[in-house]
Amino acid sequence: MSVLTVEELCHTYSAHTPFEKVAVEGVSLTIPAGQFVGLLGHTGSGKSTFIQHLNALLQPTSGRVLLDGEDIHKDKASRRDVKRKVGLVFQYPEYQLFEETVFADIAFGPKNMGIAKEEIDERVREAAGFVGVDESLFARSPLELSGGQKRRVAIAGVIAMRPGVLILDEPTAGLDPAGCRQIMDNICRYREQSGATVIIVSHNMDDAARLTERLIVFDHGHVAMDGTPEEVFSRPKELINIGLAVPQATSVAMALRERGMALPEAIYTHRQLLEAVKRAKGVGTC
Amino acid sequence: MLKDITLGQYFPGDTVAHRLDPRTKLILVFLYIVALFQASGWAGYALVLAATVACMAVSHISPRSIFKGLKPMLFIIALTALLNIFYTTGRPIVPGWIITWEGIERAVKMMLRITLLIAGTFLLTYTTSPMELTDGLELLMNPLKKLRVPVHEMTIMMSMALRFIPTLIEETDKIMSAQKARGADFETGNLLQRARALLPILVPLFVSAFRRADELAVAMESRCYHGGEGRTRMKQLSMERRDAIAFACGLLLLAAVIVLKHWRL
Repeated sequence: MSVLTVEELCHTYSAHTPFEKVAVEGVSLTIPAGQFVGLLGHTGSGKSTFIQHLNALLQPTSGRVLLDGEDIHKDKASRRDVKRKVGLVFQYPEYQLFEETVFADIAFGPKNMGIAKEEIDERVREAAGFVGVDESLFARSPLELSGGQKRRVAIAGVIAMRPGVLILDEPTAGLDPAGCRQIMDNICRYREQSGATVIIVSHNMDDAARLTERLIVFDHGHVAMDGTPEEVFSRPKELINIGLAVPQATSVAMALRERGMALPEAIYTHRQLLEAVKRAKGVGTC
Repeated sequence: MLKDITLGQYFPGDTVAHRLDPRTKLILVFLYIVALFQASGWAGYALVLAATVACMAVSHISPRSIFKGLKPMLFIIALTALLNIFYTTGRPIVPGWIITWEGIERAVKMMLRITLLIAGTFLLTYTTSPMELTDGLELLMNPLKKLRVPVHEMTIMMSMALRFIPTLIEETDKIMSAQKARGADFETGNLLQRARALLPILVPLFVSAFRRADELAVAMESRCYHGGEGRTRMKQLSMERRDAIAFACGLLLLAAVIVLKHWRL
């Protein structure tokens, strides 16, 4: 399984021009195999730039990215190899669909890897299964599917490469609540069955609180906070200062605390809130 | 990166050159080009060169940004110079050589002419925003409306095309990254393989361009756009004293160049 290590990563866009912009500065962290990580940060905080370094799409201005101890930017071959091991799903991935059929589009990644035809077939079916794309859709054009279906086909296109690390940039942006839930369920299922590391960029604090094991908060190209959801959400004021939201339950707990109710720190799910309020009010748990 | 290309890029600023009416600037560029092609002797070229340098100074455009724009044209300039050096008859530099003094003179003049031509038009696009430029064009071509030339439609198409160039470049960058993440390879293989490798970029790009065009049309219609008829503009263009002065300078340049040509200087 794959361990990602980032050492003192810096990235500057348009260096040495009037448009110079430092996007990521001095980021160091290690992501162990199989961890479910949430990346938080407002627009322009450097998180999108950061994730594009993890599969060598961007070259760091300075610093290194190691996958299982190997520098991924070492040479051309390693930059190509890492794209198979670290799958990156961009924001609005449905805009990258281009093949004539759903099947061919999902097969694009594995085909580029030079895999035998039978195995491609197997992988496409497996990936489609993970994201809940029915085989009856395989012969359809990806462009005539609905928004949510397109998104799932696009994610399947990356999963079909069987990456050990799966990175998704706001996979639920612009979907309806049912679509969001399905996508998140699909991702969780892929993680459970493949044991892959999953890194997810999200603005949905409730999803981040509910699903992830670790949250990394970006602010102005730096890592502002890094810890379990419990640790991060027990400092809600800092999150709000950075310009981020907190989970619904956390903001309700904050409001109740201000009105004098004695609630513990680190409340970020509805269940925790309910239990804490019951305890504070002296109502028996049932 | 794709983003680094300059294509008639506009450098915002607040100099006299920026404040001139776009119509004035368009006509001035026209006068400038006529003057440039009238110049025949060294004195004439020197005069046009001096005028160009003066305009650059007035508009605070550095020679470096002009040269940056010239880069894609270097090949054509060099080719023109070479052809002129070798195919002009006259007095050879060394007896028996094909290279003549006249050839060298003509090559230098041609290089100057092309460079100045490009520099002059760059000065226009560097100091005039695309919106102003199309507004100026529309007003200048207004008389053509009588001949049923769809001037307004042409200029609005032009300004929209200019408006969407950066958007499409950004989009291309994004799609390229996404396909690279799926293992697409744009850098190796023979010509045919490379052309085929572009397909995963072109198809999504076209799809999104059509989608954008559709959305733009709906957005325009929902704001009651119905062509140029009876349409007023937010920024009214008006001629000022500085425009009159600029015209005078332009005409003076042209006159001087013609006089110099007459005297064979």
